[in-house]
Amino acid sequence: MTDILSWIDVGPVANIPRQGARTLQTETDRIAIFRTLDDQVYALLDRCPHKQGPLAQGIVHGHFVTCPLHNMVFSLETGEAQGPDDGCAAKVECKIVNGTVRVGLTELQAGLRHAG
Amino acid sequence: MNHVPAAIKTAKARLVVIGNGMAGMRTVEEILSRNPDKYDITVFGAEPRVNYNRIMLSPLLSGEKGFDEIVINTPEWYSENNIHLYSGDPVVSIDRNRKVVISKSGTETEYDRLLLATGSDPIIIPVPGHKLNGVVTFRDVDDVDTMLGAAAKGGPAVVIGGGLLGLEAAVGLQARGMNVTVLHLAGHVMERQLDPSAGYLLAQELERRGIKVITAADTGEIVGTENVTGVRLKDGTMIPADLVVMAVGIRPNGRLATDAGLTVERGIVVDDVMTTSDPAVFAVGECVQHRGQCYGLVAPLFEMAKSCADHLVEIETLGYAGSVTSTKLKVTGVDVFSAGDFSGGGDTEEIVFRDAGRGVYKRIVLEDGKIKGAVLYGDTSDGGWYFQLMKDGQDVTELRDTLAFGQAFAGGAAGNPLDAVAALPDDAEICGCNGICKGSIVSAITEKGLTTLDEVKGHTKASASCGSCSGLVENLLAATLGGDYQVAAVKPICTCTEHDHDSVRRLIVAKKLKSMPAVMQELEWASSDGCHVCRPALNYYLLAAWPNEYVDHGASRFINERVHANIQKDGTYSVIPRMWGGLTNPRELRAIADVADKFEIPTVKVTGGQRIDLLGVKKEDLPGVWADLNAAGMVSGHAYGKSLRTVKSCVGQEWCRFGTQMSLSMAVELEKMTWGSWMPHKFKMAVSGCPRNCAEATIKDFGVVATDGGWDLHVGGNGGIHVKATELLCKVTTDEEVMEYCGAFIQLYREEARYLERTAPWIERVGLKHVQDQMVDDAANRKALFDRFKVSQQKAQIDPWAERASQGVDAHEFTPLPMVAAE
Ligand SMILES: Cc1cc2nc3c(=O)[nH]c(=O)nc-3n(C[C@H](O)[C@H](O)[C@H](O)COP(=O)(O)OP(=O)(O)OC[C@H]3O[C@@H](n4cnc5c(N)ncnc54)[C@H](O)[C@@H]3O)c2cc1C
Ligand code: HEM
Ligand code: SF4
Ligand code: SF4
Ligand code: FES
Repeated sequence: MTDILSWIDVGPVANIPRQGARTLQTETDRIAIFRTLDDQVYALLDRCPHKQGPLAQGIVHGHFVTCPLHNMVFSLETGEAQGPDDGCAAKVECKIVNGTVRVGLTELQAGLRHAG
Repeated sequence: MNHVPAAIKTAKARLVVIGNGMAGMRTVEEILSRNPDKYDITVFGAEPRVNYNRIMLSPLLSGEKGFDEIVINTPEWYSENNIHLYSGDPVVSIDRNRKVVISKSGTETEYDRLLLATGSDPIIIPVPGHKLNGVVTFRDVDDVDTMLGAAAKGGPAVVIGGGLLGLEAAVGLQARGMNVTVLHLAGHVMERQLDPSAGYLLAQELERRGIKVITAADTGEIVGTENVTGVRLKDGTMIPADLVVMAVGIRPNGRLATDAGLTVERGIVVDDVMTTSDPAVFAVGECVQHRGQCYGLVAPLFEMAKSCADHLVEIETLGYAGSVTSTKLKVTGVDVFSAGDFSGGGDTEEIVFRDAGRGVYKRIVLEDGKIKGAVLYGDTSDGGWYFQLMKDGQDVTELRDTLAFGQAFAGGAAGNPLDAVAALPDDAEICGCNGICKGSIVSAITEKGLTTLDEVKGHTKASASCGSCSGLVENLLAATLGGDYQVAAVKPICTCTEHDHDSVRRLIVAKKLKSMPAVMQELEWASSDGCHVCRPALNYYLLAAWPNEYVDHGASRFINERVHANIQKDGTYSVIPRMWGGLTNPRELRAIADVADKFEIPTVKVTGGQRIDLLGVKKEDLPGVWADLNAAGMVSGHAYGKSLRTVKSCVGQEWCRFGTQMSLSMAVELEKMTWGSWMPHKFKMAVSGCPRNCAEATIKDFGVVATDGGWDLHVGGNGGIHVKATELLCKVTTDEEVMEYCGAFIQLYREEARYLERTAPWIERVGLKHVQDQMVDDAANRKALFDRFKVSQQKAQIDPWAERASQGVDAHEFTPLPMVAAE
C-alpha cells in the first residue's frame, strides 16, 4: 500500500457486528470496515469496482464479502474479485490495536486534512 | 527488619525469584541443570505451599487427582538444592537502586539478579455483587478449596466464561455434584480456540452431560445480600447460584514491575533473553510481554525458561523467538484441539472434514502449501502431527488429498473418497440410524444386482432414515460397481455442500437442527461459515422450521432484509410504508408528504402494488423516516423482503357498480393476516370485486376474484420476465374460507418451496394437483397448515421499523463509525 498518512481510531471491535460491517466517512471517501466470524477486521473502499455498489452492505462469509448489488464476491484480504469475475476493490489498511479498530488513511483518502 | 546474611556472605551471585509458580521454578530447574553452583537462590511465593502443576487444578477440582499428585517440587527438592523458599510471603516492593526486594513480612533480600515470575491475575468483571461470598476465580489451590466447600452442599453453580478454564471448572463442579450453568458472552464456547462448528459440537456434548450453556449471555449483576444467590443477565434472565466462578480471562501481573519503574505494557516487556528494561532484572511466564505477545499456556513459558537459563548461566543462546501454541481441553472424554491461525480466508484454503455420525469435525487451513492452523473435534489423535507439520513449515501439497484422514493415511494410496470407502473394513458402520455396515451393503449390491441408491435403500434400509449417509452409500455403489455406476445428479445448494435444497430442508426437521452451526456440522458443510448463497437459504429454512425457537440471523440476510428497505443503485434506499389493501387516508398521506419534505426525499412514486414509494433516502435517515411514519400509524411495507409484499384491491362492492363482494375489506383483512410472513421468495396477492378483475388478481401468487356466490381462488401467477397467469385452485363461498385457504396455501409454499423459488415454478414442479390434494381435498391438513401458519405469524408480525426506529435494534446498521482519534 502507499504511505499511511494517519491511523484513525474508530472505536472497539465490538461496535462492528460479526459477519457484518460499518462504514467510516472520510473527507473524500466512504470506507467499509468488515468484521468476520473469527473477529478479524478488514477495510475496503465502500465502492464496488463493478457499479459502485456499497460493499459494506453485502453478506460477509469467510474472509469474503458479496456485493449487494450484483453478487460479485471480493476477498477482504486482497480486495480481488473471486471466481470468473475480474476486478479489485480498493483495499484500505486496517488493524486491531488493544481491542480498538484502526484504519490507515493514505493521503488520497484523508483528503486535504493532514493529521499529526 | 531482618537481613539474610547467608546471601551476603557467599561469593556466589545471588538470584532472587519472585513467584513460586510454573515458569519461575522451571527456570530455576533449567539453571540448576546447566550450572548448579552459579547462584545462591531465594524464592518468594505468595501461595503458602510448594510449586505445583497449575494446569492440574482442573483434575484436582473434578477429583481425578489429589494435591500430592500435582506437586512438582517437593520441600525436599528445595532444601537439596539449597533454595531458600519463603512461601506465603509475597514480595511487596523492589528497590532497584539498592538491589533489594522487600516482602510482606518485612524481609529484605539483596540480589544480583532478580527474576520476576508473578504469573497473571484472573480478571474480575466489576458487575454489582462481584464481591459477594461465593464468587470465586479459578487460579490456585485456595480457589479450588473454596469451590469444593460449596460443591459439598450441592446446589446450583454458575460459571461466567465459556473458555478453556471456565469449561474445565464447569465439568469439575458437575462431577462434584453441582448443577452447572455456563454463561458465555460470545456466540459459541471457546471462541478464541475453536471455530463455530467445533464450538457447536462441544456445547452439545456439555449439554449432553447436563451442563447448561447459555451463549450471548451478558452478565448484568450477581445477586445476593451476603452470600451469592444468583446471576441476572442484562436481558433480565435470572439464574440461581450458590457459587459463581468467574473465568473470563487473565491479566499479566506486572504490578511490582510497574511500581519499580520497569517498562510494562500489557505485560512486563522483555527481550529475547527475557531481560526487562533493567539488565539485572529478568522476567518469565505469563507476566511477560515478548515481541508484543502475552501467553497463557505453559509451552511458551517452558521455552522462555530455557532461554532465560542459558542467559543467566552465560551460555551462548539463540534466545526465545516466540511460540506457536496449541490448545487441548482437559475434559475426560472430550477431544478438542486447536493450533495456529485457523481463521482462513484470503490466499488460504481450507480442508474441512466432517463425520456427523461420529461427531467428528476437522478443519485444516493451508497457505502456500503449508499448514497454518487446525481445529479438531471428536478425533484429535492427529493434532500433534498437524502441529508438528505446522511448526516445521513443511510443504504438505503431496499429502493434501488425504491430510484430513490423518497421519496413518499419509502417503498411502487412499487418495480419493472411493478408495477411502474401499479401504474401510466390512464391519464399518455406514448407516448410523439403522446400524448397517459396509459388508451388508456390498453383498446386497453384488448379490441382488442393485444399481441405484433407491434400490440400496429399499433392500438394506441404509440411508433410508435421515439420509445423511447417502453420500457414503453412493461411494460404496461406485466402488463396488466401478464404471457402471453414475452418481445421481443432485444440484447442491452451492459449493459449500453436497446436499440439495430439499434434502437440507428435510434433514433440518428430521434431525432437529436448530442453528446454522448445527446444520453445517450435521450435514457436513465443506466450508466453515457458508457463503452468500447458502446462508440466506439456511436462515429461511431454520426460521420456517422452528418459528418459535430459531433466532433470525441478520448477517445471513441480504441487505434489503437486514435494513428493511430496498437498496438503490446509488446506495440510497427506498421506503414503502404499508397501506393495507392499497387503502390510505389523508392523515397518512400528509405524514408521507411531511416525511418527504423533512428528509428531502427526491422522488415520490406510486408503485405497481398500490403503494407510495419514497425513493432516495439516505441510510442514516432511515430510522428517522420510519419513526415519523410509525407515529402516523404506518408500518413497514416489506417491499424489500422475501415475504408478503402487497395485497392489491379494487374498489369492489364497497363502491363499484359491478362489484359482487367486498373486495376492499377482504384485501385489508388478508393483508392484516399475512403481513410480516417470511417466505421462500416474494409473495403478492390481489383481490378483485368481480370477474372483471381490475386488481389483476390472476397474475399474483394468490389471487382472489369475487363471483356472484363467493370467491374464486387462483394461485401461481406472476408478472416479470415470464408472465404467468394463475391456475384456479378452487372456489369457496365464505370470507372465512378465503382466509383459511390463503393461510394454508402460504404455509404449504413456505414449507415446500425451495429458497428463491416463487409459487409459479414451485407449482410447475410439484403440480397443481399436489397442492389441491394437500389443501383442498384434505380439510384436516388444510386446517393443520393454517394453524402452523398462525403460529409462525405470532413471532413474525412485529414491525421491524418500529424496532429499529424506537427500540434501538441493529443501531449499528444506520450510523457510520465515529473517528475517535487520529494519530
Ligand atoms: C485451572 C487452570 C488450568 C490450566 N490448564 C492449562 C492447560 O491445560 N494447558 C496449559 O498450557 N496451561 C494451562 N493453564 C495455564 C498455566 O497454568 C499457566 O500458563 C502457568 O501456570 C503460568 O505460569 P507462571 O509461572 O507464569 O504463573 P503461575 O504458575 O501463576 O505462577 C505465578 C506465581 O507467582 C505468585 N506471585 C504473584 N505475585 C507474587 C509476589 N508479589 N510475590 C511472590 N509471589 C507472587 C503467584 O501466587 C503464583 O504462585 C491453566 C491454568 C489454570 C489456572
Ligand atoms: C369488462 C372489463 C372491465 C370493466 C367494465 C371495468 C370497469 C372498471 C370500473 C367500473 C372500475 C372502477 C373505477 C372507479 O370508480 O374507481 C375499474 C377500475 C379499475 N380497472 Fe377495470 N374494468 C374492466 C377490466 C379491467 C381490466 C382487464 C384491467 C387491467 C388488467 C382493469 C384495471 C382496472 C384498474 C387498475 C382499476 C382501478 C382499481 C382500483 O385501484 O380501484 N380493468 N374498472
Ligand atoms: S373488478 Fe369488478 S368490482 Fe372491482 S373495480 Fe373492476 S369492475 Fe369494479
Ligand atoms: S423493471 Fe424492475 S428491475 Fe427493471 S428497472 Fe424497473 S424497477 Fe428495476
Ligand atoms: S456494483 Fe458490485 S457487483 Fe455490481
